[in-house]
Amino acid sequence: MTMTQVQPGAVQVPDQPVVQLSAAAAQVGGSTIWSGVDIAVGPGEFVAVLGPNGSGKSTLLKVLLGLQPVAAGAVRVLGSPPGRHNREIGYLPQRRAFDADVRIRGVDIVALGLDGDRWGTPIPMLSRLLRPAAYRARQEQIAAVIDLVGASGYAHRAIGQCSGGEQQRLLIAQALIRRPRLLVLDEPLDSLDVPSQAGISALIQRVCREQGVAVLLVAHDVNPILTYLDKVVYVAGGTAVAGTPADVITADTLTRLYGTPIDVLHDRNGRLVVVGQRDVPAEHH
Amino acid sequence: MGPGPSWDLAYDVQLMFSYPFMVNAFRAGTLVAVIAATIGWFMVLRRQSFAGHTLAVIGFPGAAAATWLGLATGYGYFGFCLAGALVIAALPTRTGRTASAEQSAVIGTVQAFALALGYLFVSLYKGFLSGMTNLLFGTIVGVTDTQVLVLLVSAAACLGVLIAIGRPLLFASIDPDLARSRGVPVRKLGALFLVLLGVAAAGTSQVTGSLLVFALLVAPAATAHKLTARPAVGIALSIVLALLATWIGETLAFFTVYPIGFWVTTVSFAGYLAACLWRAVGVRAGRRPRLEAPAATPAGART
Repeated sequence: MTMTQVQPGAVQVPDQPVVQLSAAAAQVGGSTIWSGVDIAVGPGEFVAVLGPNGSGKSTLLKVLLGLQPVAAGAVRVLGSPPGRHNREIGYLPQRRAFDADVRIRGVDIVALGLDGDRWGTPIPMLSRLLRPAAYRARQEQIAAVIDLVGASGYAHRAIGQCSGGEQQRLLIAQALIRRPRLLVLDEPLDSLDVPSQAGISALIQRVCREQGVAVLLVAHDVNPILTYLDKVVYVAGGTAVAGTPADVITADTLTRLYGTPIDVLHDRNGRLVVVGQRDVPAEHH
Repeated sequence: MGPGPSWDLAYDVQLMFSYPFMVNAFRAGTLVAVIAATIGWFMVLRRQSFAGHTLAVIGFPGAAAATWLGLATGYGYFGFCLAGALVIAALPTRTGRTASAEQSAVIGTVQAFALALGYLFVSLYKGFLSGMTNLLFGTIVGVTDTQVLVLLVSAAACLGVLIAIGRPLLFASIDPDLARSRGVPVRKLGALFLVLLGVAAAGTSQVTGSLLVFALLVAPAATAHKLTARPAVGIALSIVLALLATWIGETLAFFTVYPIGFWVTTVSFAGYLAACLWRAVGVRAGRRPRLEAPAATPAGART
């Protein structure tokens, strides 16, 4: 087993944005889904991507991963066109959950994040025998990241037998194992119960601060992460605005964005509720 | 089939292997068990059992046509199974569970047509009725040296390819979206796997018959998935179970009047039942089955 570990920040100018979109537009099936989008995400920033269903949040992630080209404008990810540095991006696709009958252990899922894209078939007993040092280093690396997300207690169980929150922690470990500089998470809090949402949010915030990883998190409900956020990107009405939560999640900004009157209500715990005239999706579920 | 057992194990084994057809049956069975168990493990993981069964059934008209045309059945199995694999791979695959309903309907229709076509070829070739039973349910006699050689070459090629693509295939099977974002050619791997599945189905058909391939392709793999969640251990276990089912099944077929397909399938099925029972008892007793890593083991100590 050889280890492929990307050292973060080796050639990067420290203050260069991790993600930069200027006047970017994207099309799905020939029609423009958003345009005129300017976003800059700096190293170690925690950014939420918000907006109603079908507004193009997932399209934005696909653009950043180089899975879809932009129709106009410029995109830079980690200083290059998108898709070049995907090995330095930890990506968590949107998903419901592993079915209960998926009989693969959590550690195996995490290990796939490390070298799942390499050809060949490792035979654990053989590599342990032939290259004990590399084998041990790899095992320690996997154990360390599982420990980081607090999943050591159930990482050796079949992933289908783990709860939604436990699965999400293991998947975050998988996304983190190559020490990425950017973490892209597509609705990691959906389909989790409220305590798990709080736990995962706190974990992501801790990783963001301690490891200096920039986080781009698509969310339906901003409230579990509101206090942690440096920035929000609100995608709606065929475009997107970016800024601090206090600037963006306001009645004025969202009214301009949607082109229809919107109110933002604050409850006494600081939670936000976005309400619109007709069926603008509320920020809570 | 052969004479009754004397219950002197050494003598019985010696007697069995004094018949060249039994030696060839064991050679073919061993090769097929290894390849079916390995490919089958991935097939169960990828939930492509239905596609695997279809490929096996498509092999039946191939073998029947080969007999009708005076060719060796092996060529018919391989030709039709490989063609079938390429066609299924070329079918537009849509993501999501809803698409699979339509796809299984299409595959089911093709399966029925394949059986009908096979029956047509059998009728075209007059006086072939016991031959049809052999094609559908397997036979222990008549594995030729050439057939063993073809099985050896195809099994070696299959295993070689699988070892080359094993890890990205596992990645693409568990998490296609993420694998794609990491540059794994998910679609191409899926198509290649179907071809491997076609080879495995064609090979297995020659031992168990077209209708009973699952005795080696699914049952050992499904049993292994029940018993362990560790990929390496699971594949090894799957191979051991398939070998046991084949060897025991072939021995029983030799010493009794009942056919090989029945015995191999019965042994496989018994193994699967035992695994279900063992897990159920384990769960009821409030402990996890032993083959899964105990929580007390340090996380870094095993893979």
